[in-house]
Amino acid sequence: MSQKILDRLLEKFPDAVLSTSNFRGDEVAIVKRERALDVLRFLKDDAECLLDMARTVTAIDWLGRDGDRFEMVYQLYSITRKHGVRIKVPVPEDDPTIDTCTTLWPGMNWAEREAWDMYGIKFRGHPDLRRMFMYEEFVGHPLRKDYPKEKRQPLIRREGMV
Amino acid sequence: MQEPSKPPVPVLPGVPAQRTVVLGQRGAQDLDSDGLPTEPMKINMGPSHPAMHGTVRMVITVDGERIRDADIQLGYMHRCFEKESEYATYTQIFPYTDRLNYVSPLCNNVGFALAVEKALDITRKIPERAQYIRMIVSELSRITDHLTCLGASSMELGAFTIFLWMLKAREWLFTDLEEVTGARLTHSYVRVGGVVADLPTGWIEKVRDRLTRVEAVIDECDQTISGLRIFRDRMENVGPFTREQAIAWGWTGPALRSAGVDYDVRKDAPYLFYDRMEFDVPVGDRGDCYDRFMVRMIEMRQSIKIVRQCFDQMKPGDVIVDDGRIALPPKNEVYNSIEGMINHFKIIMDGIRVPPGETYSYSEGGNGELGFFIVADGSGRPYKLHCRAPCFYVLQTAGAQIKNALISDIVPVFGMANYIAGECER
Amino acid sequence: MGLEFTTTKMADAIAWARKFSLFTYPFVTACCGMEYMSTAGPKYDVARFGAEFPRFSPRQADLLFIVGTITEKMGPVLSRIYQQMAEPKWVVAFGVCACTGGFYQNYNTMPGADQVVPVDVYIPGCPPRPEQVLDGLIMLQERIQKHEGHSQVRYREEQALANKQEALAQIRLPAAGK
Repeated sequence: MSQKILDRLLEKFPDAVLSTSNFRGDEVAIVKRERALDVLRFLKDDAECLLDMARTVTAIDWLGRDGDRFEMVYQLYSITRKHGVRIKVPVPEDDPTIDTCTTLWPGMNWAEREAWDMYGIKFRGHPDLRRMFMYEEFVGHPLRKDYPKEKRQPLIRREGMV
Repeated sequence: MQEPSKPPVPVLPGVPAQRTVVLGQRGAQDLDSDGLPTEPMKINMGPSHPAMHGTVRMVITVDGERIRDADIQLGYMHRCFEKESEYATYTQIFPYTDRLNYVSPLCNNVGFALAVEKALDITRKIPERAQYIRMIVSELSRITDHLTCLGASSMELGAFTIFLWMLKAREWLFTDLEEVTGARLTHSYVRVGGVVADLPTGWIEKVRDRLTRVEAVIDECDQTISGLRIFRDRMENVGPFTREQAIAWGWTGPALRSAGVDYDVRKDAPYLFYDRMEFDVPVGDRGDCYDRFMVRMIEMRQSIKIVRQCFDQMKPGDVIVDDGRIALPPKNEVYNSIEGMINHFKIIMDGIRVPPGETYSYSEGGNGELGFFIVADGSGRPYKLHCRAPCFYVLQTAGAQIKNALISDIVPVFGMANYIAGECER
Repeated sequence: MGLEFTTTKMADAIAWARKFSLFTYPFVTACCGMEYMSTAGPKYDVARFGAEFPRFSPRQADLLFIVGTITEKMGPVLSRIYQQMAEPKWVVAFGVCACTGGFYQNYNTMPGADQVVPVDVYIPGCPPRPEQVLDGLIMLQERIQKHEGHSQVRYREEQALANKQEALAQIRLPAAGK
């Protein structure tokens, strides 16, 4: 992880970056949702940052906290420069949509589908937004904090079974 | 005297005439159905199918023998690792991590332990002997991973003997790991702060001897299959990916290295004591299935080299960190002192308290970069735990790899993606 | 001695033949698959029990080896495969996930394969050692010999019901009103 990336980011997008931090050696920048795709595109194309590999894309459900309920987490890395950063984007509960990053890193196609399946965050512009793990008949988004862990929605049971 | 070839005869009015083909000259291009009225057919493969590769469902649209489109549907092995971790203490998550990449369970254990230690900021306090033991068992697990992958793939391509030889070597390693950890497959040997118990006496000599025999098995398999004409024909140029494509699609591990990218977490961001080890990282150039096979074959030998160096460099010492808030105290202290009992109680009931914050820690699993993203909230259970599964990203591209290939190319592609259902679907 | 003696002996002989030539359908899902491979491998050879050759089509198999966790999404698939098998068929739940769901208690894991199919032998373990699997297989063989497998019991009951109905149909009732 590298402080250089955060400096470049603050230089280029002073209004889009809400905050930066460094915890246990991981550099993190929190970015506004509207500018998120521009920031990610800059990070990928900029000659100094060159974050060509997205390690993972996931979401956190901050139920009960003040502010936006969800937070998208983009873990990025540069194979050539050997540095990385974490970009977090708050997403509100009443409008859980965000631009897709599959135009930049096609490998995040399934990761975004998983975020849709598990958290219910819609990705604008995603080529194929379907459920990743759960079946189509499943109602709800399981990794949300208000979904009980053991609430099963069985598709089939033998007669006599509950 | 050969008859001159006749012009093609129309079969039905309106149907284009069939091409006459001389037997013995059919090539792959003749499998395309030009000249006959056809329509693409949707075939369902799976989720229960003969490959030992767990449960994945593929809905392929075929035109004759050629695949026009493939849709890979997961979810049949989604065991809700992330949801379960939110309800379990950090030590209770170790058995769940075993069952992620269940052919190299200790790599997962070590990766998760490193993540929690990074969140606790005690990475420098782990005793040296514990780090060496973690490296040894990690590499032995990596060898079992590659043995299973290559053995099962060879069996599916028809080379059943390779499967039996590699399984024989795998059984030896299972027996050795069983002696250390207590279980053949799902070990749960690593803990936050170290490992559960020290290596048994005499184990190192036994394993040194065993590794010589495993190396002999690997050499035997290599000589038998790597140059085999049929094997090479089936694996070469199947699913090739370029460097840029591989990086853009999030590949890591043997698949990325086969595409020519020299990225190995053990070298680029060394953890444990990999910076003290001398080993090579094999890199391919075409990114096809054959390169992935050979990369794994060579990596096994490098893992053996690392284990031998660990044996030489290891010294006696503690195997777990000496902090009552993190590691369970020894049993005589638990029974005979108040602090011991309270520490034990707190760790078991509440879990190891990790200060609030988010960390992402990554290590080299059997399939590539295995990452754990922990969101801790100060209690003994994680608020969120996300596992970055390496084969998830490789499997994504399996559809693209088999496009316009034959149905029989699905077997090497899926074999070499090393799709482990537990890891991919978490 | 009568007909019953011959048919009983023949039934026992057929059960003996069936138990030593089980064609397994390995419904492998998860980690237990690795132990299944070890059991079928050279060290813990399952071939000496006759159950060596997996038949990868349910129509050709008679033993459904449910190896590993069954998820809710997989339920209909498992049920269909069980229905595609021809009688007599037996089911072995291999591993504690297939028995009761294991230590997975969540929205996608079915608490045991017996929610969907009737299971004859449960082999617990996570994963069970190959010796445990062989023990389970021997237990299944004993059940087959004693005609106690679910499908064998079902067959006997259906036969008994059919015989009873046939016997009832042959009783001539006095005509009403005579």
